[in-house]
Amino acid sequence: MNEKVRFVQGNEACVEAAIYAGLDFFAGYPITPSTEIAEHLSSRLPGKGGTFIQMEDEIASMCAIIGASLTGNKVMTATSGPGFSLMQESLGYAIMAEIPCVIVNVQRGGPSTGLPTSVSQGDVGQALWGTHGDHAIIALSASNHQDVFAMTIEAFNLAETYRTPVILLLDEVVGHMREKLIIPEDGEIPLVQRLRTSVKGGVDYHPYLPREDGRLPMSDFGGEHRYNVTGLIHDMWGFPSGNPAVAHGLLRHLVDKIWNNVHQIARYKEYYLDDASTVLISYGSSARSALHLVQNRRQRGERLGLLELQTLWPFPASIVRDRCASAKHVVVVEMNMGQIFKAVKMAVNDPGKVFLANRIDGVFITPTDIRNILRLIRGKGV
Amino acid sequence: MEKCRLIFSGSGGQGVITAAIILAEAAVIYEGRNAIQSQSYGPEARGGATSSGIIISDSEIFFPKVNQPNVLVCLTQESYNKFHTVIRPGGLLITDTRFVQTSRKVDARPRDLPLHYTVMEKIGKPIVLNICMLGAVVGMTNLVKAESILKVLEKRIPSSFMEMNRKALDLGINMGKELAS
Repeated sequence: MNEKVRFVQGNEACVEAAIYAGLDFFAGYPITPSTEIAEHLSSRLPGKGGTFIQMEDEIASMCAIIGASLTGNKVMTATSGPGFSLMQESLGYAIMAEIPCVIVNVQRGGPSTGLPTSVSQGDVGQALWGTHGDHAIIALSASNHQDVFAMTIEAFNLAETYRTPVILLLDEVVGHMREKLIIPEDGEIPLVQRLRTSVKGGVDYHPYLPREDGRLPMSDFGGEHRYNVTGLIHDMWGFPSGNPAVAHGLLRHLVDKIWNNVHQIARYKEYYLDDASTVLISYGSSARSALHLVQNRRQRGERLGLLELQTLWPFPASIVRDRCASAKHVVVVEMNMGQIFKAVKMAVNDPGKVFLANRIDGVFITPTDIRNILRLIRGKGV
Repeated sequence: MEKCRLIFSGSGGQGVITAAIILAEAAVIYEGRNAIQSQSYGPEARGGATSSGIIISDSEIFFPKVNQPNVLVCLTQESYNKFHTVIRPGGLLITDTRFVQTSRKVDARPRDLPLHYTVMEKIGKPIVLNICMLGAVVGMTNLVKAESILKVLEKRIPSSFMEMNRKALDLGINMGKELAS
């Protein structure tokens, strides 16, 4: 038997990828439908020399991974909607203090405790604006286990590259279902390691002074350099500052480091877009239903295409605009009330041609659901 | 068979979900095919009518849920009542003689098997009922080879339980083959 071919849940694919990416530290509080991530890491991570802690709640989990990351570790936590809400305050702290970390949110029905065992994609907007204040964030998504593996590694790589929290938005269907996963050989997928400062110990180190390329080399906290970390607006030494120029510069930096690189951060897949008169846009598990429909209708000569977004934030607006330019209809397929639909409407030249095919009842959206919306749009009834 | 969709249903604890995982894993790991397994996650997974869907295909599988199964297994009356109407017309409807009264008329090929009776008589332990059921499904459909299932079992269960499971699988396969025609 080939040990590299596995038959696993999406949550396990995420675990395997995190270990592949070099995860050192996981702190979390198990919650359906993300529980298997904590479950499998609790046995896998200590064996790899890493640390697994089950915390008292999600607030503490998020704080623990922030601290562990500062000391030089690759860190992750996993949760679902209710826990993700609790993490928002310290998520903002990680954004402000520019601390790399990965937060996996296996989405279930909300708001509040909602539908614990049912599928939803209702936390997409929260990933962007859940924490207060002007900021930018990276959020990724995946529709199959091979992509869950790839996007988990991307999450770690982007977190290190941009010194930012990265949110991996999975959902109940992808997290729970089992399918094939081929684990790549070591070295097959490039890994981004922590960029550490070359400033010697005892020499003045500026933790928040960007290099010319915008990146900020880090120093393991508690190691060679003494510096301050705060959630307040801070200067290049990390000390609080009320100076308007410092405040302006820091906010610009936090937002620009992400939005100026929207093309470098954009991950997406295209299916039959060359001649598509109707473009479906989807992500996560709902992209599976969209692709099922596209493959099916293509066999009957229908000019249907799919743009699967894997990077949701920063929203790759120019890519969406370009791929939808010649489409007659654009249909956003998602399991919420139109959280990406609104972003697509703002991105395309003609917002009137954008429609929503969604489900918000905890039931997984089917190809027939999408097909019915297509019929309505084309004036054919259902 | 290009693509086969199955639902195994029963009471939480009967092992229908485990059987579904074993079947799908055998197809993927030992036969190089594509498969997806999903299952109910509500409170019914701890009792009540629980179910697991399996899709086995030679091509890529996108939509992961099973709507109209080609094969439906019901190991309790409750699961039969809940799921028997979803079967694809002409599909294979496998029930257990002891637990299920198949009163309703469905457009399906009914196969009422003495799974529980046989397991209790020949092995005496109801714990392998799910493996006997899996054997019956494989005996009837030839979805995967018996060896592939045994390889998965060897990996998943302690060796001291292997003989009991092998026996249950054989009983099921023989029962299935008799009824296949």
